[in-house]
Amino acid sequence: MNRITYSKANEVRGAIHEHSITNKAQFIAGGTNLLDLMKVNVMQPEHLIDINTVGCDGITQLDDGGLRLGASATNADTAYNELVQQHYPLLSEAMLSAASAQLRNMATNGGNIMQRTRCYYFYDTTTACNKREPGSGCSAIKGYNRIHAILGMSEHCIAVHPSDMAVALTALDAVVCVTGPSGDREIPMGSFHRLPGNTPEKDNTLEQDEIITSITLPRSNYAKHYSYLKLRDRPSYAFALVSVAAALHLDEQQRVLSASIVLGGVAHKPWRLPEAEALLIGNPAVATHFEMAADKLLSNAVGFEHNNFKIALARRAVVRALQQAVSKQAS
Amino acid sequence: METEKHTKTPQELKIHLKVNEQSYTLEIEPWVSLLDALRDHLGLTGTKKGCDHGQCGACTVLVNGKRINACMTLAVMRDGAEITTVEGLSEGGNLHPLQQAFIDHDAFQCGYCTPGQLCSAIGLLQEGKAKSLEDVQDLMSGNICRCAAYTNINAAICELMGIEEKGGLI
Repeated sequence: MNRITYSKANEVRGAIHEHSITNKAQFIAGGTNLLDLMKVNVMQPEHLIDINTVGCDGITQLDDGGLRLGASATNADTAYNELVQQHYPLLSEAMLSAASAQLRNMATNGGNIMQRTRCYYFYDTTTACNKREPGSGCSAIKGYNRIHAILGMSEHCIAVHPSDMAVALTALDAVVCVTGPSGDREIPMGSFHRLPGNTPEKDNTLEQDEIITSITLPRSNYAKHYSYLKLRDRPSYAFALVSVAAALHLDEQQRVLSASIVLGGVAHKPWRLPEAEALLIGNPAVATHFEMAADKLLSNAVGFEHNNFKIALARRAVVRALQQAVSKQAS
Repeated sequence: METEKHTKTPQELKIHLKVNEQSYTLEIEPWVSLLDALRDHLGLTGTKKGCDHGQCGACTVLVNGKRINACMTLAVMRDGAEITTVEGLSEGGNLHPLQQAFIDHDAFQCGYCTPGQLCSAIGLLQEGKAKSLEDVQDLMSGNICRCAAYTNINAAICELMGIEEKGGLI
């Protein structure tokens, strides 16, 4: 690990200013991804700015009935928060499927959506990786690509975003609130992460020196019929091969008033298509319609040598997740 | 046993840690993990380094009552914290009831994961979220055991929590 220097920030503006004037500075909150990447020399900051005590760790109700999740609140505190469990149980379910209890006690909300891909080649500095070193090539496209993308790829990068929280936040129309040298702005969750395109080194749309201060959730109709279906090699403590955040708002005749279907584990960002969700609206919440939505969501899916299975798996997972959402029993 | 530091570096920061009820002042470089601080600087070698990447749980300790992986945080980030390691579980000559349960249920073989298992289980107990064997299995999934003592580890935990050992995955 680099022989870093370290400072603890007391408030947001000061942290941003310090970041803007310090060479190779990196914010650190939970540190569970950053320190891991520093230990394998994938990320090599020279100065760490600790942002755990800048006052962004609260979870507060908004006047319009929504909820604000502080960026430095831990994943555990957020997932177990009474308001989150009551109004956004899909988010709680997704977050509790992630990592381990220890890591959830350390990881923060802002850090979770900032986490980097688990691609083996990204992690291995002896291999070519356009995300780690732009222009060096992508070792995964013709390599071992079991955990890689089937949607939204470019010829430069087929990495997947590993966060479960990000998938659920996308399904719930969350907004990422950030502050930077030029002030505050809000980024809809669907626009926070990028597709790799020609610049796979950029995971998200944060600008220079910007810091996430909170994530807001609008009022939701999805507290009753929801499911986070996570398919993976082990029933716990493993990343998703394919995951689905599915949520439905049904009328008394079990017809769909609105739907939210987001895929994880399949692309550089959570994968959502309004056209797929639109196919469900006004129709009975049954498998035949779910299958049509799944087909739409997965149109243009392309597999590689080791991850072709993800296409059929994702299709079936969408249907199953929606069925689980219909018959969800409040626990 | 104390490890002697041969060089004093200019980047050292002064921090305070309260470990197992004892207060320590450390002059420590920012890049030192909490795990290395506990083991190499404080001589508390009960906590183990298994993977050093937050994947095995052998380094699990309690910080302000919450279980975390000590390898995945820096000592300087935990300035002022109250920390419990495996050395702090027993009182006087008396084992913690969980330690006794581990003995009673034959919950360790080589013993390498055991300090992490114990601290993690105490964290689990304090979190109060586990209601069934399946919950215990899931919530202890951050602690890996190469000797596969899982069944007995979970039995010890269930005994302490008054959970019936029924069902569960696998």
